[in-house]
Amino acid sequence: MVNYMAEPLVFHFEVDGDNFTSAGQASVQVKKNLRELGIDPETIRRVSIAMYEGEINMVIHAHGGVAEVIVSDESVEIILKDTGPGIPNIEQAMQEGFSTAPDNVRSLGFGAGMGLPNMKRYTDYMHIDSVVGVGTTITMKVNY
Amino acid sequence: MTINDIKDLLGAQVLCGGENLDKEIHSACGSDMMSDVLAYVKEQAVLMTGLVNAQVIRTAEMMDMLCIVFVRSKQPSQDMIDLAKESGMVILTTPKRMYEACGILYSNGLKGNGELHG
Ligand SMILES: Nc1ncnc2c1ncn2[C@@H]1O[C@H](COP(=O)(O)OP(=O)(O)O)[C@@H](O)[C@H]1O
Ligand SMILES: [Mg+2]
Repeated sequence: MVNYMAEPLVFHFEVDGDNFTSAGQASVQVKKNLRELGIDPETIRRVSIAMYEGEINMVIHAHGGVAEVIVSDESVEIILKDTGPGIPNIEQAMQEGFSTAPDNVRSLGFGAGMGLPNMKRYTDYMHIDSVVGVGTTITMKVNY
Repeated sequence: MTINDIKDLLGAQVLCGGENLDKEIHSACGSDMMSDVLAYVKEQAVLMTGLVNAQVIRTAEMMDMLCIVFVRSKQPSQDMIDLAKESGMVILTTPKRMYEACGILYSNGLKGNGELHG
């Protein structure tokens, strides 16, 4: 647990949309940062898995974007923002197994349609704000 | 069993993390779909896979896994090995196919851990 933080800590990352190999680097860095802050391992694991799935989604579905992680006294908040194609039907996208990922993404180990459900499962709060043709912002929170 | 037992049972080669072979392992999983691996939060210390890219290493790292076993003699790149080294992970490669590798470990007492999170 974080001791008496005067102000929340904010980490900011650019997620490169053209490079599948580097996808996930921001999540790895967040995991390191949270470890250094002495956050408990279960919280770290939940935050990093949820963020990692979201980061991968930004790369495979939305040409990259920006990620912000806010560490406060009560929670870790993750905000993932892209200017990709948007999600036309969020309810459908949230279903396990639903995926529009092309076959080449599947051969890379993703595109099983489990990303958004995993993000929901690992976090205490998740909200998707998406406009077709404009972009998607996903906000997640993990409480200590 | 230890990672060293896994290495012996699978006739595997150690590509990195040799200093951690004595670590105890209680469960494992095998998959080529990383989101499926990420869906099972219960402790899984070993990932067996035929998929070879940087996301395999990051997935294992996110899950706090101790060891990755590449089946069918798959060889990760030096960049992947360097990524794994940063977190002290052991990487093994075995000539055995996925089905056989899983079967050998399972029948020697290494179970899966089938619960979904939440
Ligand atoms: N950031 C995003 N921008 C646009 N579409 C997205 C985004 N994230 C998810 N989606 C859509 O939601 C679907 C389900 O996402 P997910 O559950 O992560 O599965 P997968 O990534 O394996 O397809 C995706 O196939 C895609 O159509
Ligand atoms: Mg996904």
